[in-house]
Amino acid sequence: MSATLTKTGFTQDAFDAFMSTRNEPAWLSDLRRDSWSRFTEMAMPSSRDEEWMRTDIRLFKLDKYSLAADAVEVSLPQALLATGVELGGRGVSIDSRSVESQLSEKWSSRGVLFGSLDTMLVEHGDLLRPYLERHLVSPSYDKIAALNAACWSGGNLLFVPKGVRVDEPLHSLSVMSDGGTDLGKTLVVLEEGAEATLLSETASSEPDGGGLHCGSIELIVERGARLRYVNLQNWGSGVWHFAHQMAHVGANANLQWTIGALGSRLAKVNQHVALIGQDAEAQVNGVMFTQGKQHLCYNTYQHHQAEYCQSDLLYKAALQDQSRTVWRGMIKVDEGAQRTNAYQRNDNLMLSTTARADSIPGLEIEADDVRCTHGSTSGRVDDHQLFYAMTRGYTRKEAVRMIVSGFFQQVFDRITIESVREALGEAIGRRVRDIEE
Amino acid sequence: MVETLKITDLHVAVEGKPILHGVNLTINRGETHALMGPNGSGKSTLGNAVMGHPSYEVTGGSIELNGENILAWDATQRSRAGIFMAFQRPMAIPGVKMAEFLRHATTNVRNPDRKEGEELIPMRQFRKELTEKMGQLRMDPEFARRYVNDGFSGGEMKRAEILQMAMLRPKFAILDETDSGLDVDAVKLASESIAEIGGDQMGILIITHHDKLLERNAPDFTHVMLGGKLVETGGVELAHELYTEGYDRIRAAYPEAAAAGEAMTEASAV
Ligand SMILES: Nc1ncnc2c1ncn2[C@@H]1O[C@H](COP(=O)(O)OP(=O)(O)OP(=O)(O)O)[C@@H](O)[C@H]1O
Ligand SMILES: [Mg+2]
Repeated sequence: MSATLTKTGFTQDAFDAFMSTRNEPAWLSDLRRDSWSRFTEMAMPSSRDEEWMRTDIRLFKLDKYSLAADAVEVSLPQALLATGVELGGRGVSIDSRSVESQLSEKWSSRGVLFGSLDTMLVEHGDLLRPYLERHLVSPSYDKIAALNAACWSGGNLLFVPKGVRVDEPLHSLSVMSDGGTDLGKTLVVLEEGAEATLLSETASSEPDGGGLHCGSIELIVERGARLRYVNLQNWGSGVWHFAHQMAHVGANANLQWTIGALGSRLAKVNQHVALIGQDAEAQVNGVMFTQGKQHLCYNTYQHHQAEYCQSDLLYKAALQDQSRTVWRGMIKVDEGAQRTNAYQRNDNLMLSTTARADSIPGLEIEADDVRCTHGSTSGRVDDHQLFYAMTRGYTRKEAVRMIVSGFFQQVFDRITIESVREALGEAIGRRVRDIEE
Repeated sequence: MVETLKITDLHVAVEGKPILHGVNLTINRGETHALMGPNGSGKSTLGNAVMGHPSYEVTGGSIELNGENILAWDATQRSRAGIFMAFQRPMAIPGVKMAEFLRHATTNVRNPDRKEGEELIPMRQFRKELTEKMGQLRMDPEFARRYVNDGFSGGEMKRAEILQMAMLRPKFAILDETDSGLDVDAVKLASESIAEIGGDQMGILIITHHDKLLERNAPDFTHVMLGGKLVETGGVELAHELYTEGYDRIRAAYPEAAAAGEAMTEASAV
């Protein structure tokens, strides 16, 4: 590997050196170069942009991080989502470099592809090209999207051919070294009538590790397919997390998308679900727990493009210390998307008086025959509730933990994967200390 | 030696406002006491203070359990020491199932030294006991899966409080208007529950405006609270008198306390 690669910063030299190490089809190189030029032309987002108004990244210095730095040895953190689960395949990456990838013969023999996206593209470029060229996440959306489109590496691919039902969950763990960079990209394609469950989690090698994640997720759920996708963000407390995520849900298809947001110093995520075929259904679950000075900003977008679709979003956040969450939710119903059923709701539980949760629901409806509801609540752990539990033998801390877990129960009840409910519940339980007056 | 809960010259203030002005009451394990008194006279305040509610500030006097002053104990310690209160308005805990809540509670109260994270009562044993107790109270088994007091009817909440008492088997129990909201059958079941734990095993303080619960649990003593003081103590006949005649005689006999009561009611109306 050439010495230029170890310098920090996303410079032209660094990009050229990166490109020289890639052994990719020409169409992909062109796409990367094109995105790179967008990246160099665009400015970093700032508080003047509406999406960023509440999320201050002036302390974020892109040049501190580097493109394709040398591989480092790290000890792998414990995977949370796979405990006690019989997996059909698993993959591990470190700093968006695949280090391990397995898929059981049972599934590979039926045409399922699961592994690192960059290797898969070398072997199955023709198959995957049309999906990548759909650009679910547009490289020109902002500088962050452009950077990922130009420089992504490693990544995860899950491809399930028509009619194949993968009934064992697949698991991927993306690990970041302290100070490392993760430019992962996830592409999931479920062909017509296919089914799968993908559990993916991201974590740092150290709980207080720093670094940069600039990622993208693209989920393509074709006609009649069913995808359960779980995405647990558990980065170290010094990580900057920027991500664009988008799903296309086709006619009669079903997506259950669960997000766990526990880690990182600052997160700015766009999660976008587009219902593009009649009778498509999407359920979006968000579980957030923040502490210290964390700032997590999630922009969700439910885009109804076809008739008779249903989307149901529930984000719940509990906030400790001086942390802050921002949820901006939008339901967009196109003119032709009659008979839409769309819901969005965000509930916040404040565990300290210095935490802050901003909740900004929005509707943009162009069809006239629709059912859309939105709502948000914000509350505190009630002293009377605590007292009540204490008169039943609970310690104060046990009582707080119980009330917090009760708060999340409604969203856990929606998550149909037991290991995920348990992992999230335990991870949150471990974090809850006491409420601060 | 018989166990005792002893309240001496207890003064309690809420948000700086004095509510109790020197309450004296001794309950021995095995005795049943009735506590009556007009609305707003301070009955629930007494219960909350005994349980250690942080909003009820004890400004004077003492509460002793078997000779030990428990004022510095928090509600957890008091409940683990065997003091229980069925609340007039129990709190809802959304998202937490009754069974789950009670398994934890029962474990903690039965093993007062339990540290957080230590084993809970084995599930099977707990379930068996809970199902049995719920059966006695004629509660639908589905009830165990509902969230604690969340969306319960008034009567369901009171039954759930009795169920908790039955599971926790306290030494001292304060039942704050547990009978109001209960239908006639449920009052009977509640009484049976109390008898089953053993009326002679518990020191019971029944706060009530009715005599339904008292009929089946004849009090050894009846106390009248007025304006934040216990002004009179008698036997079961006093409870019947108050229930049928009201508080006119009491007010006339204790004009000072009656005036204090008026003042409290006015203050809280502002
Ligand atoms: N948590 C509280 N906050 C504010 N005021 C309170 C609180 N608890 C009690 N009080 C006040 O203290 C006084 C006594 O109330 P308490 O609930 O003890 O009366 P009570 O005798 O139980 O009445 P009732 O028969 O209506 O239940 C009332 O004036 C009431 O408004
Ligand atoms: Mg009362």
